[in-house]
Amino acid sequence: MAMQFYASPEQVQRDRSEYARKGIARGRSAVVLTYEGGILLVAENITTLRKISEIYDKIAFAAVGRYNEFEALRRGGVRMADMIGLSYDRRDVTARALANTYTQTLGAIFSETQKPYEVEICVAQVGASPEQDELYRITYDGSVMDEPGFMAMGGQSEAIANVLRERHDSAAELQVALALAAEALGSVGGENGQTRTLEAKQLEVAVLDRRRQGRAFRRIAGAALATLLGHEAVPNADLGDVDSAPPAPAEPKPTVSAASADTEGKAEKPDSEKGGKA
Amino acid sequence: MATGFDSSGRLPDFFTSTGTSSFTQFLSQTAPELLPGRRPLPPGLSADVAPHGTTIVAIATAEGVVMAGDRRATMGNLIASRDIKKVHPADSYSLIGIAGTAGIGIELIRLFQVELEHYEKIEGAMLSLDGKANRLAAMVRGNLGAAMQGLAVVPLFAGFDLSPADSGRAGRIFSFDVAGGLYEETGYEAIGSGSLFAKSALKKRYRAGVSTEDAIRLAVEALYDAADDDTATGGPDVTRKIYPVVMTATAAGTHRLSDEEITTVAEQVVQGRMENPGG
Repeated sequence: MAMQFYASPEQVQRDRSEYARKGIARGRSAVVLTYEGGILLVAENITTLRKISEIYDKIAFAAVGRYNEFEALRRGGVRMADMIGLSYDRRDVTARALANTYTQTLGAIFSETQKPYEVEICVAQVGASPEQDELYRITYDGSVMDEPGFMAMGGQSEAIANVLRERHDSAAELQVALALAAEALGSVGGENGQTRTLEAKQLEVAVLDRRRQGRAFRRIAGAALATLLGHEAVPNADLGDVDSAPPAPAEPKPTVSAASADTEGKAEKPDSEKGGKA
Repeated sequence: MATGFDSSGRLPDFFTSTGTSSFTQFLSQTAPELLPGRRPLPPGLSADVAPHGTTIVAIATAEGVVMAGDRRATMGNLIASRDIKKVHPADSYSLIGIAGTAGIGIELIRLFQVELEHYEKIEGAMLSLDGKANRLAAMVRGNLGAAMQGLAVVPLFAGFDLSPADSGRAGRIFSFDVAGGLYEETGYEAIGSGSLFAKSALKKRYRAGVSTEDAIRLAVEALYDAADDDTATGGPDVTRKIYPVVMTATAAGTHRLSDEEITTVAEQVVQGRMENPGG
């Protein structure tokens, strides 16, 4: 018979915490901070897989750590928000309810399963003024913190948070807040403790726009992001849109279904007769 | 709280499973009672228990589409509502109007709006216009049982196609039947009790490539003609200042005409009919 080793509950918890913390520290970091016009979410991310996304009208989600795990949490959050919004009203979906659900979920996973989730997530809700903004940080063990206007997640988050703590100003303009976020993220991870300058393509940026009716979430990318990083303001209309931003026109039509009006005739033609331009 | 949450307040497994990007499919597994087609109905025909919405018209224009609906809901020979809104935005580039049992129709619109937004948020991309129409067809199909018992609802769907197969046809219109059949229409379409008259009016006046401004006028004229001959369709109510809901969907997104804009158009139409009642 195999020998049963005794491990104290404290030891088990410590091991799990250490495991989760190591996993989170391997990934790149993210910061969330309030500014004059809303809440800015910035993640260091060179892939097209997203760490920041929209949950509901005034609520956004940011995460660091293991992608499959926080993606599952994000989907769960979107589903829960849409279900509450449909059953009650759009105004009844709140970040606090979501944060409560996340903390219960992560807490249960931490204490009941072999492997804790290696994630740290932020649920942000924009209000009418910076004082009414809500930022919740939920960690791998299900503990939740209500953050005062700014927060950093991921490996070396303490060092990043220190940069933010010194200079964060909730009355700052968007480009000032973005410059601070980029500088804070670049303050760690350089060779021999050097700072790094992060470029537009290394950052995933989104805002919850305080002044926007309905869905407040907007992704900032491309030219608008480059301009903002150059410390210049961008007109509100050019800031980018929610994820519903128009997909690129496709030609020829990627799929033809039975519902399409042009099923007959076209399918018969050999490829060389179609368009011909390609 | 909707079903599915256990007492601990944590997310049940099916919330975090990879599952589907469709909200209605998710609901059918977790909270089927929130779907209009899933409720048990008492046997027999229940056609006259709830108000009915009536005429909707949609017109394809050079820039996109225009959709307009009258403001009346009827219950048998009574007017149940004078100011119901039956045309709504489905998402940022498409419009939906409903005819038939008003309660189920409004619920269908709400559900369809969440369905499209949910997909956008989960997938980070918008559905194609054909994809949206197919989803709506599936939702109408789900209501077939209720439709057979008299609680039928038929939507009209139109939108600006962001990636059209044919660049000349950015504004597209889709009609449905109670069985969930999906038909793409050319030029214009009307649904509801007054649709016969509205379509006849449009048949004579519509020209392909009409401007949005002219199409708004055409739509209000068509609704006037429908109200002229169909008791269930409401005409412009000048005493109460209740005029049709008119929306457009173009490359700039959806837009609902303001009270001033629609008042101007409706008053012009009424003025024209003072001189020539036949239009």
